[in-house]
Amino acid sequence: MTAYFVKRLLMVVPTLLLVTLAVFLVMQLVPGDPVLMMMRDVNNPELVQQLREELGLDKPAIVQYFNWLGRIAQLDFGHSIVTGEPVLDAMFDRFAVTAQVVVISVVLATLIAVVAGTIAAWVRNRKPDLVITVLAVFSMSIPSFWVGIALIILFGIKLQWLPTVGYVSPFQDFATGIQFLVLPIAALVIAETGGLLRMVRSTMIEVLQQEYITSARAKGLSEMTVLFRHALKNTLIPTMTLVGLVLGSLLGGAAVIETVFTLPGLGRLLVTSVYARDYFMVQGIMILVATTYVLVNLAIDMLYPLLDPRVRMQS
Amino acid sequence: MKGIKANMMIGGICLATILLASVIGILASPYSALEMDFLNRFAPPSASHWFGTDEYGRDVFTRIANGTFVSLRVSLAAVVLAVSAGTVIGAATGYFGGWLDRTAMVCIDSIMAFPGLLLVLGIMSALGPNEAGIIFALGIAYTPPITRVVRGTVYSLREREFVDASRLIGNPEAVTIFRHVLPNCITPVVVISTSIFTAALLSETALSFLGLGVPPPAPSWGSMLADSRNYLGLNPWMGIFPGLAISFTLLSINLVGDALRDRWDPRLREVEA
Repeated sequence: MTAYFVKRLLMVVPTLLLVTLAVFLVMQLVPGDPVLMMMRDVNNPELVQQLREELGLDKPAIVQYFNWLGRIAQLDFGHSIVTGEPVLDAMFDRFAVTAQVVVISVVLATLIAVVAGTIAAWVRNRKPDLVITVLAVFSMSIPSFWVGIALIILFGIKLQWLPTVGYVSPFQDFATGIQFLVLPIAALVIAETGGLLRMVRSTMIEVLQQEYITSARAKGLSEMTVLFRHALKNTLIPTMTLVGLVLGSLLGGAAVIETVFTLPGLGRLLVTSVYARDYFMVQGIMILVATTYVLVNLAIDMLYPLLDPRVRMQS
Repeated sequence: MKGIKANMMIGGICLATILLASVIGILASPYSALEMDFLNRFAPPSASHWFGTDEYGRDVFTRIANGTFVSLRVSLAAVVLAVSAGTVIGAATGYFGGWLDRTAMVCIDSIMAFPGLLLVLGIMSALGPNEAGIIFALGIAYTPPITRVVRGTVYSLREREFVDASRLIGNPEAVTIFRHVLPNCITPVVVISTSIFTAALLSETALSFLGLGVPPPAPSWGSMLADSRNYLGLNPWMGIFPGLAISFTLLSINLVGDALRDRWDPRLREVEA
């Protein structure tokens, strides 16, 4: 099993290198160079030249890449072109906000998907299954930002139950902080549950046709035990894989929901940096998010042998 | 099998309704998508303005109808780009293998390491928001799944007798690939293209919602939703109708996609049988 862990861990290194290479290449698409952007309206060719030398931009691209990689390895992502703030500091404050919304939403969505998906598979093609699958298709067809706007209209404006705009950290003021998180989390759960649910349902249908389920039923176990103790275990791996993908992509793609609810998260920082063409910030966020995504998926892969003894045997 | 057909029917009818309503909206509407009318701002839905008016007094129904073709044009173009690139790369790598395959797969894996809109936003920060930029960025982001499907199918076919036969009668490799191998990839590519189409449509609306889509004042569903956020108290309709248009379209494409998958994915058919 150690071999499996080591092998999987080593695979991350080339992936992360490729991520940095891709980010570097994307930034090469920028017309002109970052120095011209930094100088904006200042017209001083000497200063431009000096800055270029300082940043190593006068060197060939391959040398630039390795110099830049060296700085990234020391967690030096440079400074924001707009605010002058170190990119790393700006990212970490925002990441915490995104992480709490996304992690809570994904956990809730997974729980709902597992329970509802299992039930749907169990009563397959009967009324409750149809209701659940129709709801799942709706969930997949409704973009999170529109759910967000609908929730704002309903709970914020018509009923005035919850605040719609702004953010207070629940770590400073729990009661107020939670109020600001309820709607964004609800919007994400509504939009993300459908895909997970369909995955659980179709895997569960496959599992329930296997012989060990028949024998579990034959020896007189209750349906609850059969479903949630015997069948569920075999649906966990595909489900966890999808959960990992959703979790990772939301950590980077929560830009939309953060914009709807004006949450100061990483996604919104990314979008404002794209507007402002704040290249160092965009670069930093792309690397941070892609790394998180790769690591979340790594963590899920590491869970496989713990969830499934067969994976343990193979390696 | 009965349920499958129902999916296809409902999805197809919905999609046709959307397209028809949009064409009617563009041709028959007395309003233009861009013309402002400040005396009629924030009008609620009525006989003269079916979906009400926005903050400039523009007719929301007309704008949504025009927006249909903006959103569909961008996402279709992105899908076409991804399918062309993915098919060529997938066919070449699956058929020839070797270092070409390894290099291409490394590139594909590096693209797949960027979740969701991240890569698209990165490319757009470099290229700036314009229609060609969005299509290019979305096209690149959706190339990997197509490449993988085509590569897998081609790889499984390349040792088959009919491929050998084509080679033996002296066909050039290109003819073998395009005439004999690739037609076998049409089914899986169609199935995955519909799911990419919904993803691209969702991404296009999300981008225009973020203000990074087709530049204003061109009507687009996402930017209409974004504009509505400032006036939800005054006129909630502004936020409801464009959202309904997005969901209705996604729903119908999802239904058609499900039907195609049920019909053609052999793994699923076994399960359902």
